[in-house]
Amino acid sequence: MTYRIEFDEPKCVAAGQCVMVAPDVFDQRDEDGVAIVLDETPSEDLLDEVEEAAAVCPAAALRVVRS
Amino acid sequence: MSGRCAAGGPLVTSSLRQVVIVGASAGGLATGEALRRGGFDGTITLVGDEPHLPYDRPPLSKELLAGEWDLDRLPLRPSADIEALSLDLRLGATATGVDLGRRVVVLDSGEEIGFDALVAATGVRARRLPGGQGHVLRTLEDAVALRDRLRPGTRLAVVGAGFLGAEVAAVARRLGCEVTMIEPAPVPLAHAVGTEIGAMLTRAHIDHGVDLRTGTGVSAVHDGGLTLADGTEVEADEVLVAIGSVPNAGWLAAGGLPVDDGLVCDRYCEAAPGVYGVGDVARWHNDLFGTSMRIEHRTHAAEQGLAVARAILDPDRRRPFAPVPYFWSDQYDMRIQAYGYLRGHDEVRIVDGNLDERRFVAAYRTGDRLVGVLGIGTTPRTLREWRKKVADAATWEQALTDVVEEGVSSGTR
Ligand SMILES: Cc1cc2nc3c(=O)[nH]c(=O)nc-3n(C[C@H](O)[C@H](O)[C@H](O)COP(=O)(O)OP(=O)(O)OC[C@H]3O[C@@H](n4cnc5c(N)ncnc54)[C@H](O)[C@@H]3O)c2cc1C
Ligand code: SF4
Repeated sequence: MTYRIEFDEPKCVAAGQCVMVAPDVFDQRDEDGVAIVLDETPSEDLLDEVEEAAAVCPAAALRVVRS
Repeated sequence: MSGRCAAGGPLVTSSLRQVVIVGASAGGLATGEALRRGGFDGTITLVGDEPHLPYDRPPLSKELLAGEWDLDRLPLRPSADIEALSLDLRLGATATGVDLGRRVVVLDSGEEIGFDALVAATGVRARRLPGGQGHVLRTLEDAVALRDRLRPGTRLAVVGAGFLGAEVAAVARRLGCEVTMIEPAPVPLAHAVGTEIGAMLTRAHIDHGVDLRTGTGVSAVHDGGLTLADGTEVEADEVLVAIGSVPNAGWLAAGGLPVDDGLVCDRYCEAAPGVYGVGDVARWHNDLFGTSMRIEHRTHAAEQGLAVARAILDPDRRRPFAPVPYFWSDQYDMRIQAYGYLRGHDEVRIVDGNLDERRFVAAYRTGDRLVGVLGIGTTPRTLREWRKKVADAATWEQALTDVVEEGVSSGTR
């Protein structure tokens, strides 16, 4: 099973929770803090972190889609 | 933030078959999702008194009020994702009580729902003025009602200059409304963020043409405006009352649970065996700050939901919930972000940038501890570094020394 991250950028409020939970997958732009998805299809062992990032994102801007 | 019980294989005990979550919003939904992710395949009943699928509140005073977003941007999850959780979803149903002896939640219909674990995530409601007049802003309906009244030239009176009142004033100015804001404290938000920063945020309102009246309360709201405590009349077409909130904990108190400005929980967010609190309604003991607190921030509701789901699934390995609270607020062109527990601080110091340029980081001291930071216009990395110091329970001295050293090294880079 693989998965993919959907990022609804206009919703992002630059909270940075995703970066703290999954630093290998997310970063933030310096100028406005909006998230950057470094890897839209991270490896399976990062799934826990990615799901947690999506769960705590205060803008509900992240979604994990399994395929 | 690791240590998901799912990682080591779900340890769901067979005695846990039925979880009832009351409150179908950020906190309740996060708890339900985390239970499923953690491997729970029993029944999850999610009871919510609003008729809607869970939706997000922060945009209500921002994008929705400004007319930038339609209602279809508000749901927390697409309905397909909610369906995939296989919830026993009861929307439009209100919990009126709990019977801890028989372990049932009582609904307004008279129906009783049995539980092995109960999660209270009923949030708060807007506090009103005696008499109840004026708009409040807590629900989607509140936001739509207010949005539909804000037109260029509308005279809006905002009672209360807290974060909510300030956000609405900022949006209303942008929409071309005439805004009067009334605040009993001499400096708005001073109790929350300190006098200096409260004053700076206040200046932004004045710069944007808000007629700000501080140091006076409101004695009456009537057709055509309001009367201030000092006898002054303020004319207004619409009045927004933004004077704080009241926890929705009546149904919990009715069941004999401890309620004191929220459901009183321990360090594991547990109020009685198998009964947990999540989000705005929950007061729990945060070991990181050594105090009991109740936090009304969006991120907190989700984080506490995750922590409670873990505690329910794996009680033997549960850990105290000791997060660094986080919130943001958008006012005019400023995004304010804060980490930590600023309330009751003894000192505020600007540790980066400066107030006049509205680009800075402020550090907050309580006793000998760094307890929080607030930033405007700063880089995410800078704020995250400060957050880490708060999370590490750094002493004030240690935190400030680090800054000086970093300052020196970056100067020579
Ligand atoms: C306009 C607005 C702007 C905000 N902006 C920000 C912001 O910029 N940054 C930030 O960090 N936070 C912000 N917040 C706060 C954030 O939205 C809350 O912290 C968050 O919604 C808390 O989630 P919750 O699930 O604990 O409670 P709530 O979202 O309040 O949900 C509780 C739910 O339970 C329901 N309920 C209550 N009683 C019962 C009952 N007896 N039976 C059944 N259901 C019941 C309620 O109707 C509600 O649907 C804002 C809030 C508002 C209203
Ligand atoms: S947690 Fe969500 S809102 Fe915050 S930076 Fe990441 S995507 Fe944006």
